[in-house]
Amino acid sequence: MSRSITLGQYMPGESLIHQLNPRVKILALLMMLAVMFIVQTFYALIFLLLFAVLLLASSGVPFSYFLRGIRPILYIALFALVIYFFFTRGGVVLLRIGFITVESDGVREGLFVVTRLVALVLYSLLLTLTTTPLSLTHGMGYFLKPLKYIGLPTDEVAMIMSIALRFIPTLMEESQRLMRAQLSRGADFESGSIFRKAKSLVPLIVPLFISAFRRADELALAMEARGFRLGARRTRLHEDIIAPRDWAVLVFVAATLAAALVLNI
Amino acid sequence: MKNRPEIAIETRKLAYHYPGEENISSPAVYGINLSVKRGEYVSLIGPNGSGKTTLLKLFNALLAPTDGEVLVEGISTTEEESQTEIRRNCGMIFQNPDNQLVATTVEEDIAFGLENLELPSPEIRKRVNRVAGELGLEHLLKHPPHLLSGGEKGRVAIAGILAMQPSCILMDEPTAMLDSKSRQDVLGAVRRLNREQGLAVVHVTHFPEEAARADRVVILHQGRLIEQGPPALVLNNLQLLHQLGLQGTASSELAALLRTDGFSIPQEILNCQELVQSLCSSELKN
Ligand SMILES: Nc1ncnc2c1ncn2[C@@H]1O[C@H](COP(=O)(O)OP(=O)(O)O)[C@@H](O)[C@H]1O
Ligand SMILES: [Mg+2]
Repeated sequence: MSRSITLGQYMPGESLIHQLNPRVKILALLMMLAVMFIVQTFYALIFLLLFAVLLLASSGVPFSYFLRGIRPILYIALFALVIYFFFTRGGVVLLRIGFITVESDGVREGLFVVTRLVALVLYSLLLTLTTTPLSLTHGMGYFLKPLKYIGLPTDEVAMIMSIALRFIPTLMEESQRLMRAQLSRGADFESGSIFRKAKSLVPLIVPLFISAFRRADELALAMEARGFRLGARRTRLHEDIIAPRDWAVLVFVAATLAAALVLNI
Repeated sequence: MKNRPEIAIETRKLAYHYPGEENISSPAVYGINLSVKRGEYVSLIGPNGSGKTTLLKLFNALLAPTDGEVLVEGISTTEEESQTEIRRNCGMIFQNPDNQLVATTVEEDIAFGLENLELPSPEIRKRVNRVAGELGLEHLLKHPPHLLSGGEKGRVAIAGILAMQPSCILMDEPTAMLDSKSRQDVLGAVRRLNREQGLAVVHVTHFPEEAARADRVVILHQGRLIEQGPPALVLNNLQLLHQLGLQGTASSELAALLRTDGFSIPQEILNCQELVQSLCSSELKN
């Protein structure tokens, strides 16, 4: 059970997309999202959707992972469709049930919005499935760098995030162990009112906090013993270089987006 | 190597008193004169609260002496600007391997100390790969620490220290939380490094069997160094050990009982092999 705890949705792989610099991937995603909100025609949108599918295929990540990632937004999509179908007026009346009508503009707009949503999620999944949480953190840290000038300790924030990523699975394992221990003593986490349930979590949360603080203490000591100093300059095992292929991919994405904008006319 | 001192760690009249501790008369560590030679394996034993952890922290410059001094490779730990160098030279392994692994993958964790030393990326990569090879961790480089076994976590912790190319490694009960197979795994690795690369080791342990394999055993009691010598002597001084609530190895304890029963067994018994040998040879003589 505890072996299955993984963070984020990263799927290891060797594809070009996996190997791209995370900064490039994040930038490409941002560009993609911006264009997605600009385009107004179905042609352009379908084109972007097909491009997403092409990228998914080239990433080597099994298709089922994308489907699983999309599942949570299906309800939102369905809800949006219903709203658009029944409440947007204009165009030809396609269906009439009593005083409720479904009109062609509503159908068109509903499908457009839902397709856009699916494409958005696919592109975001493409990023999170092919990038480790740590590189993702570092990549985002880069775009947050300017905040350093208003006094935000961005390097430390990145360190905090990576330590959090390191310890979340450990603490999850620990909470499961505590839960089993409490269950074996007859604790009940399932039944009763919300208030009761919350109360039954207290014997779980208190030891978890105590242990987390003890861990933090020991970790701080171990980091110091290994030469870590707050605010000191550090180098990195994984050099953050933008390789020629990163540039090539950026140009390729930009060209594709330009094509989408042309289709939009 | 040119003019490297023969002594890895040396302390002179070392004392440490935790700030805020009211009782001035009982410092955590007091009057310690100890030197650890290059390549020597020293094990440090003593009852709980005898100051073993405090002593290691003083060696690693995590604590600064209240009195006296600690020299690591001839450099005093009180010099602020040589702190990083001392920590590089004298790496420390803590009790719980889980709480000393910092990074989300094994390779990033081994690299952590090197990143703090501001080494260039290619050099870090080279050292990480080499150390991983030496400790049999090549196949785990991309793994997250929480998926490793206890022994593997222990070896990763050692690899992180070893990558900094220290002359000495300090271990604070590194096996207390491990099962016996993981214990062998970790200690085997350290012993090999000690023999093959001349790495000095200071090993705090409460297992007499582990202490028995050191070059020298040091006993700490109430912050004072009260006895030291070769394991065969120190771990057979059962009167002293028992007085402190410690024990000799199972074999030395057994040998002592046999001796009181009239068997003629030499004083310096540490493991069952020696015990069996001396029993058999005395049997043959009778
Ligand atoms: N952080 C601390 N603050 C105050 N006293 C401490 C602290 N850590 C240890 N001590 C005290 O110092 C003495 C030596 O502790 P320690 O070095 O941890 O012993 P050991 O590792 O041999 O069990 C003990 O009496 C302990 O209570
Ligand atoms: Mg201790």
